[in-house]
Amino acid sequence: MTQTGEFASLKFSDTPEGARAEIQGRWVIAGLAEADTALRQWRPSGKPAVALDLAALERLDTAGAWVLHRTRKTLRAEGLQVEYINVQPDHTALLARVEANDAPGSVEPRQSNIVVVVLAEIGETMADAVNEARALLGFLGLLMATLGRTIANPRRLRGTPLVYHLEAVGFNAVPIVALISFLIGVVLAYQGATQLRQFGAEIFTVELVAISVLREIGILLTAIIIAGRSGSAFTAQIGSMKLNEEIDAMRTLALDPMEMLVLPRVLALIIALPMLGFIADIMGLLGGAVMCWVVLDITPALYLQRLNEWVPLAHFWVGMIKAPFFALMIGLVGCFEGLQVKGSAESVGQLTTKAVVESIFMVIVVDAIFSIYFAVIGF
Amino acid sequence: MSPQQEREPIISIRGLKTAFGATVIHDELDLDIYRGEVLGIVGGSGTGKSVLLRTIIGLNHQKKGTIKVFDKDLDALESAERRAIERRWGVLFQNGALFSSLTVAQNIEVPMREHLALPKALMDEIAAMKIAMVGLPPDAGTKYPSELSGGMRKRAGLARALALDPEIVFLDEPTAGLDPIGASAFDALIKELQQALGLTVFLVTHDLDTLHAICDRIAVLAEKHVIVTGDMGQMLSFDHPWVQEYFHGPRGRAALQAKEQ
Ligand SMILES: Nc1ncnc2c1ncn2[C@@H]1O[C@H](COP(=O)(O)OP(=O)(O)O)[C@@H](O)[C@H]1O
Ligand SMILES: [Mg+2]
Repeated sequence: MTQTGEFASLKFSDTPEGARAEIQGRWVIAGLAEADTALRQWRPSGKPAVALDLAALERLDTAGAWVLHRTRKTLRAEGLQVEYINVQPDHTALLARVEANDAPGSVEPRQSNIVVVVLAEIGETMADAVNEARALLGFLGLLMATLGRTIANPRRLRGTPLVYHLEAVGFNAVPIVALISFLIGVVLAYQGATQLRQFGAEIFTVELVAISVLREIGILLTAIIIAGRSGSAFTAQIGSMKLNEEIDAMRTLALDPMEMLVLPRVLALIIALPMLGFIADIMGLLGGAVMCWVVLDITPALYLQRLNEWVPLAHFWVGMIKAPFFALMIGLVGCFEGLQVKGSAESVGQLTTKAVVESIFMVIVVDAIFSIYFAVIGF
Repeated sequence: MSPQQEREPIISIRGLKTAFGATVIHDELDLDIYRGEVLGIVGGSGTGKSVLLRTIIGLNHQKKGTIKVFDKDLDALESAERRAIERRWGVLFQNGALFSSLTVAQNIEVPMREHLALPKALMDEIAAMKIAMVGLPPDAGTKYPSELSGGMRKRAGLARALALDPEIVFLDEPTAGLDPIGASAFDALIKELQQALGLTVFLVTHDLDTLHAICDRIAVLAEKHVIVTGDMGQMLSFDHPWVQEYFHGPRGRAALQAKEQ
């Protein structure tokens, strides 16, 4: 029985025939460490005949048998004649089996030269980036084709998953989006008020808050929250389906994963993100209003009037128009990375991280493109 | 008294009841497993073979009944005692359940590293030996599970289950999904290891050839409990529709003929 507390023990002695090691007690894996070290260091002197005496061996398992076998093998390689003596009948089969399974082996994955590895890694990363950009573009095309087909034949649209994802990515995200944008409104108003007060221009805090929230921050913040919240979920969901061969099963059943999995998710995001952005705008303005009232004594009525007079509705539309594009980026990248999963659970983790980083990056790139565009057309 | 009753049960289950919500899976289930035997568990799909295995090893908790392993009631143990017992069994899950971020050899070293203080060199040697023992090529040690075929993954899972030289191994459908040649090789491997290492084997299987080839005793799970245990001869003559159908159906006859040849 493998029980701790009782250890393998050893006694070395010299007999007229040669050196001898008496193997005693329980040679099982739990108590082997010391005996193993002792036998590794054992250099029998005197006559070349060496014996491992197994008479007092109480119990043996494969690990114990291995240590005995290895000792015999290494000593034999040094030119000694090593034999087991007094082997008990119970132990012969095990000793033979272990001897038959003596195999070289290593544990860590194979490693090459570090310089080569680093260079190869850089090369691979660059090549991957290019391939990935191309593949993502292809994926966008595929999604558009699927969307086109679905619009031409709306019965193909999967209603239930669409509603399910609308709830998951839209409705369930309302509290967090509302809270964060309210707080950002508060922060903006406070910073604006303290800075603008130095010029006696604190009344412009209202415009500062309103324009930055409506044009940029409301929707950008929402997109970033949703990328972290739902983009990652898409990758993990689709990735574990991929690992479980569910995607392959769908294909063999002539079901299109684009239509079944990707389209409902992306459409849900495209519908939900403008709504969430709208909520973020309102809450951001509300946060600003509260702070203006507290630090600047601008009453809500005055705040509203100022908004009405000095903040054109165009700012709101500039923010809103970006929402579906952000949604497309987040959904596209999330689903795309999910479909790239292969091999192991670790790959799901890596690609989920990648999906979040990449979709936030894409959202900001798209935002920058819009800014340039609006600047050029003077909107 | 039959010879079985004189032997020492290594696992003894009495009055077991398991349920998920309102769905009762086992009720009043009794089963003994004796030291040094290969016990095959058969039963239709969904009769709760895997659940029984998971309940014995503590992954699922019973509603009623006692499970004694090595004469100790598992529910009455302190967690340290329980861990000591857990080290004395090894489990092969249906899909191998290897840790995907570790190589095969690292997988085998996990239980040694977690439970024992062994020199690294010795652990590496033992891992290499276990890899050879389950019939994997030496270079399999540095591979990741995703680089292995289904059969190799099962062998690697078996090597990990055997890492601490357990006294009992639990195998859940070890030959499911293997080709017939791979399956008989796996059967032979289990039998060989069982004899060489003196293992007690709890084997959930659907494979009639496996039952013929390596099981000392068979327990049939139906109607929420073990309806009969005994050797193949007793199974063939037991009067129960499912048992008759199973052992005398076309596959049962084919396996019987194969055994006789
Ligand atoms: N975690 C679980 N929750 C609910 N039901 C379960 C769970 N695991 C298993 N079951 C149910 O228990 C029954 C027995 O399952 P299982 O032991 O896996 O069957 P098998 O005999 O084929 O191995 C099945 O009906 C299954 O649906
Ligand atoms: Mg099962």
